[in-house]
Amino acid sequence: MYAAATTWWTVMRIALGERLVYRGDFMLGTLMRFLPIVTQVFLWWAIFSAIGGGDAEGTLIKGYRYEDIVAYFLLTMVGRAFSSMPGLSSGIARQVRDGEIKKYLVQPIDFISFLFASRVAHKIAYYAIATLPFALVFFLCRNFFPEGFPPPHVFGAFCLSCVLGLLLGFYLETCLGLVSFWFLEISSLLFVYMLFSFFLSGHMFPLDFLPEPWDTIVSALPFQYLAYFPAAVFLGKIQGTELAIGLAVEGAWVVGLFALSRVLYARGLHRYSGYGG
Amino acid sequence: MVDEALRPRMRPAYLAIWLTFARNSLVRDLTFRANFLIQCVSSLSWTLMNVGFYLIVFSVTDRIGVDTGWGRWEFFVFLATTMLVNSAVETFFMPNAEEFSELIRTGGLDFALLKPVDTQFLISLRKMDWSSLTNGAVGLVLLGVSLYQLSCPKPPAPSVVAAAVEAEELNSEAKAELVQADLSPTTTEREEPLYVGPVQVVLYVAFLACGVAIMYSLTIALAATSIWLGRNQNLYDFWFYITNFSRYPMEIYWRGWGVPLSATLTFLIPVLLVVNVPARVLARPLHPQAWWEIPLMLFALLAAPACLFVSRQIFRAALRSYRSASS
Repeated sequence: MYAAATTWWTVMRIALGERLVYRGDFMLGTLMRFLPIVTQVFLWWAIFSAIGGGDAEGTLIKGYRYEDIVAYFLLTMVGRAFSSMPGLSSGIARQVRDGEIKKYLVQPIDFISFLFASRVAHKIAYYAIATLPFALVFFLCRNFFPEGFPPPHVFGAFCLSCVLGLLLGFYLETCLGLVSFWFLEISSLLFVYMLFSFFLSGHMFPLDFLPEPWDTIVSALPFQYLAYFPAAVFLGKIQGTELAIGLAVEGAWVVGLFALSRVLYARGLHRYSGYGG
Repeated sequence: MVDEALRPRMRPAYLAIWLTFARNSLVRDLTFRANFLIQCVSSLSWTLMNVGFYLIVFSVTDRIGVDTGWGRWEFFVFLATTMLVNSAVETFFMPNAEEFSELIRTGGLDFALLKPVDTQFLISLRKMDWSSLTNGAVGLVLLGVSLYQLSCPKPPAPSVVAAAVEAEELNSEAKAELVQADLSPTTTEREEPLYVGPVQVVLYVAFLACGVAIMYSLTIALAATSIWLGRNQNLYDFWFYITNFSRYPMEIYWRGWGVPLSATLTFLIPVLLVVNVPARVLARPLHPQAWWEIPLMLFALLAAPACLFVSRQIFRAALRSYRSASS
């Protein structure tokens, strides 16, 4: 127990150190990330006011007011802060290709667990620094939340969906990265994944806007939990039984992908022939 | 042959060098044919997703902004222009700008500095990403379709609606829809089909070139900053976020605090000119033309060379503070 805690603490310290090496880069990056919201604010006002004949007030698109849309985009940023795993799949692929993964075969550390620990540490380090810009942006945009803070049970569901989103994002990308045991070079595959997850996670627009049959197809895929689901929960679009089922399905995806990643890793190691140094 | 090579030349043959770069890149790309194909396909799907997004937008509204004249097909001309500009930047400049920060970090820039050609030329054009031309192809197709739609004569809609409503032949849902369409402002409604003549085409290409020049200036200036920042992994992100503003008609920013923002992005970092000016020349959303359209075009003609000049100064200043990282 003590040993495990020490390991985690070490991983955590390394992650925080890594985060803070390029501070200028990091600060710039966090601030930049909110710029697309600015264009969305103006674009959707233009769309809503065109429908409303000069005023966005009182116009509804698929049950969304203008404020809801902007709030939705802000909330997907929070969702993505949890579920996005930059460099995870490509990192795994690189380690498989270079043969660096060998060290996990001789050291008493489980590869996936180590990745998970360092990712969580990275995320915590990230939140520690990014909370400030996030809070500032949400404070400046408080007018887009006319109902104010949601009731505690909704907020609790939102937090749960974010944490599940982190797990889902992690195991989804780990599975993708482990595919490199079979293909070695998977950068194109990753690009295609990035593209689809951007579109299908609801990062571009609320998924309710999709016409049938796309709506049904997208709701059967796990991508919606990466951005759309937490935001929709926060805005009270998903409630009651629907919410419970949604969270349960998300949990099932996490368990399924966790199992898949274990199978892929075990099978992959059998195929692995230790290229490189 | 050897003598020829040894003789100091005042001016390297830039065009020939560039063509060699282009050929080398193509050879490189085609060496890994499957990869190249996948890159083309993914580039294509990204573009199509963008079109999909706007199809969804136009399924809920018939225009972007009140009295701006950006209806569906006018906006698709705009979107096609965005694709053409982005395709050009991503094909010619982006792969080089991305590599530039690596060159600095690893000290590889030393070798570029030693070569007897202009360093900025070498740095910004050495690689070409041929697969990004697929975006441009999609842009051309979309442009063709949109212009065809705009130049087709339209039936006189309002009178038909009035007659139909009088005749009470429609079900209530369809009628409500038509009445709503009738209520929309008619001042910017395109009455005559769009005419595209040689003048518009020449102007369009010229302003497209201006747009690409502005984008290139921004790209190279941003890449140069990585000399000062040490690492600039967010370069591509930053470029994406800044150019993100250029992807929409500038009128949407003209309210509240968007006014100073759009002023900054028009006059200081003129990214709003990049797509807006050529798209306006071709799609001509406003009838009659707004008073500011001609001055805006003239300003774009001025801004493009100014941007090239400023970015070159930034690049040179950055090179002066370069301290080789190698050896």
